[in-house]
Amino acid sequence: MLELIVKRLLLAIPTLLLVSIMVFALQKLLPGDPVLAMAGEERDPAVIAQLRAEYHLDDPIPAQYFAWMGNALTGDLGMSLRTKEPVTALIASKLPVTLELSLLAMIIALVIGISMGIIAAVRKDSWVDHTTNFVALSGISVPHFWLGILLILLFSVHLQWLPASGFVPVSEDVAQNLKTLLLPALVLGTGLAATLMRHTRASMIAVLKADYIRTARAKGLLAKKVVLKHALRNALMPIVTLTTLLFGELLGGAVLTEQVFTLPGFGKMIVDAVFNRDYAVVQGVVLVVAMGFLLLNLLADVLYLIINPKMRG
Amino acid sequence: MKQARHTLLTALSGLLLLGASAHSQADSVIRIGLGADPDMLDPHLARTYYGRFVFAAMCDRLVDVDQNLKVVPGLVTDWAWSDDGKTLTMNLRSGVTFHDGEKFDAQAVKFNIERAQTLPGSLRKSEISSIESVEVSGPMQVKFHLKNPDAALLSQLTDRAGAMLAPEAAKKPDFAAHPVCSGPYQFDSRVQQDRIVLKRYDNYWNKGAYHFDKVIFLPIPDASVRLANLRAGDLDLTEGVAASDVKTVEADSKLALAKVTGLGYQGITFNINNGKVDANSPLKDARVREAFSLAIDRDALNQVAFEGLYTPANQAFSPVSAYHVKTPIAPRDVEKAKALLKAAGVTTPLNLTLLVSNNPTAQQVGQVIQAMVGEAGFNLNLQMSEFATLLDRQQRGDYQLSLSGWSGRPDPDGSIYSFINSKGTLNDGRYSNAQVDEWLNAARLTNDQAQRQALYTQVVNQLQSDMPIAYLYFEPRIFGMSKKLQGFKAWPDGLVRLAGVSLAQ
Repeated sequence: MLELIVKRLLLAIPTLLLVSIMVFALQKLLPGDPVLAMAGEERDPAVIAQLRAEYHLDDPIPAQYFAWMGNALTGDLGMSLRTKEPVTALIASKLPVTLELSLLAMIIALVIGISMGIIAAVRKDSWVDHTTNFVALSGISVPHFWLGILLILLFSVHLQWLPASGFVPVSEDVAQNLKTLLLPALVLGTGLAATLMRHTRASMIAVLKADYIRTARAKGLLAKKVVLKHALRNALMPIVTLTTLLFGELLGGAVLTEQVFTLPGFGKMIVDAVFNRDYAVVQGVVLVVAMGFLLLNLLADVLYLIINPKMRG
Repeated sequence: MKQARHTLLTALSGLLLLGASAHSQADSVIRIGLGADPDMLDPHLARTYYGRFVFAAMCDRLVDVDQNLKVVPGLVTDWAWSDDGKTLTMNLRSGVTFHDGEKFDAQAVKFNIERAQTLPGSLRKSEISSIESVEVSGPMQVKFHLKNPDAALLSQLTDRAGAMLAPEAAKKPDFAAHPVCSGPYQFDSRVQQDRIVLKRYDNYWNKGAYHFDKVIFLPIPDASVRLANLRAGDLDLTEGVAASDVKTVEADSKLALAKVTGLGYQGITFNINNGKVDANSPLKDARVREAFSLAIDRDALNQVAFEGLYTPANQAFSPVSAYHVKTPIAPRDVEKAKALLKAAGVTTPLNLTLLVSNNPTAQQVGQVIQAMVGEAGFNLNLQMSEFATLLDRQQRGDYQLSLSGWSGRPDPDGSIYSFINSKGTLNDGRYSNAQVDEWLNAARLTNDQAQRQALYTQVVNQLQSDMPIAYLYFEPRIFGMSKKLQGFKAWPDGLVRLAGVSLAQ
């Protein structure tokens, strides 16, 4: 297994390099001048020229790339063009918010998705099945920002149970932290729960038809035990892969959710950076996200091996 | 797995703790919603409009404006101009200290002005470029020696260029992350894109006028989310309420509105001669531009797009300015527009493209205008563009018409010179009229208000037919707030001033 991990990590290097080149090139194709976007109203040409020189935006693009990449290898992703903060520090401060949000969303999604999926599979074609299917379909179809605003209106404006925005770090106040994250995690989790539910259901239905389940039942094992132990363990295999991949999707969903709930996370940072043409931040973020995806894929493979020892070669 | 179970348990126990009240505050705190996150918290480097809200609470300026935009004392108690308008003598307020305990005096003023003029990346350079030197003429008196008379200088000193930073702190490279000024509130902490927290400065010279222990600025870009936060009680005050949300605020018994016509305008800039403009471009002919403007019904536009809450415009000076020219807005006249086009030898329909930024309001304005000018013979295409791109294209001259605006300045010079003067840095249409240049320059050189008013009136009248920019409307500053908030007034410059403002319990 160690060999696999090392091999995959080595393979990740050229991938990351390619990603970095592409990000760099694509940004240069973006219309809009970062300095103009930064200067906003104060568009004094002298100031703009000065800023451009300060950030080396007049240098040839390959030179800009190598300078950036060289620093990135030492962990220095440059300075935000907008706020002059080190990008590495910026990312480090935003990542925990998004990770916590994603983790909570994933927990919500797994609890709701898998349990609903099992119930639907066991009660296949009953009204329970149809209802959960309907709910799942709605969960997939509803846009995050819309659901977010609806939840804010209900829980924050009308019931006043939960804050509409604002983030409190775990280190400051655990209860308040969960209060601020509950709604966004719910929004983010519902879409995933729906996907997970449908896959769990399909997977369980297939497994429940298998011979060994019939054998187990014939042996007189409790129905609950058959479903939860024998069937679920096998049905979960594809779900594990799916979950790790969905985790990546979660980051995408976080962009909109964080925007609606104004959470100071990764997603919000990306949106703001793109609008402000804050190249340094965009490059840093994309690189880190790409690294995250590679790691998640690796994690999926490792988990797969743990759950299914037969795959270990 | 154990870890996951632990997290799950923590999460569940946390859920149980969720009580009924989401809002409990021990200190007296005001939470203010902003439309965007400010950039650097260094008044000399800051670029955004939103940063000015924070500076207003944190950094006192040499002079300030009152509600009628008249320049009033700030850190300076009184001032006098020399007869030739080239020396400005200012007497400083005594007993003022910076948040780090440093004393405010003439040396500090000299340091600040010189920093604003020389700091790499300083955006204040052009605002105070007329200052040749600062003389410390007494412990609490400074003299600004100017290269040439500059009527707009005092007004510039009411904003960021006049903000006084603690000299010792300002010498450090990370000043923007730990700003130190002399205002009623001092910097406490900041989380990018989340919040900026200020706390009361106990040694403030006018401490009695300020009633909050903490001021928290919360950047929330989406107007409807900002409103939801206000309605939920998570904000006490927010700027930037959308016209379409005004009814919702009015219908809410717990909320109140404060509205004032601002200094900012929106208009359509015609590309007359910037970039690769065709030698035969119809927009070079002033009659075509005037025809376009005449085809627009500004009142109807205001009703359709802004519920009638905005103020139709035909000039750069808002009605709240002392320099507003009382010339009536030409009513919509399709027949006259057609006649002007004919006189200009244009065959209709005339195909033109209008650059519009890709937000719903601007798009709606673009569509209404498209329909209106269509009747006069213009076939207007709308081209949606994200704001940074729009500015870029406008600056490079890669456009025909562009819908954009300006947030306005208290002094008229700041709202017109750069856009209309042939050498103006923001003259994106490259309009040029020697006579107008002369008037604009003359208005810069005199401190006599009546003389300046006369000059700007001539400029505004000339622009009615030259039409380099078809001014459309002035934007109001609309604030939504909790009814518990007392003493808050909206100012035409759009900034939040917290003197005398308090929250009833």
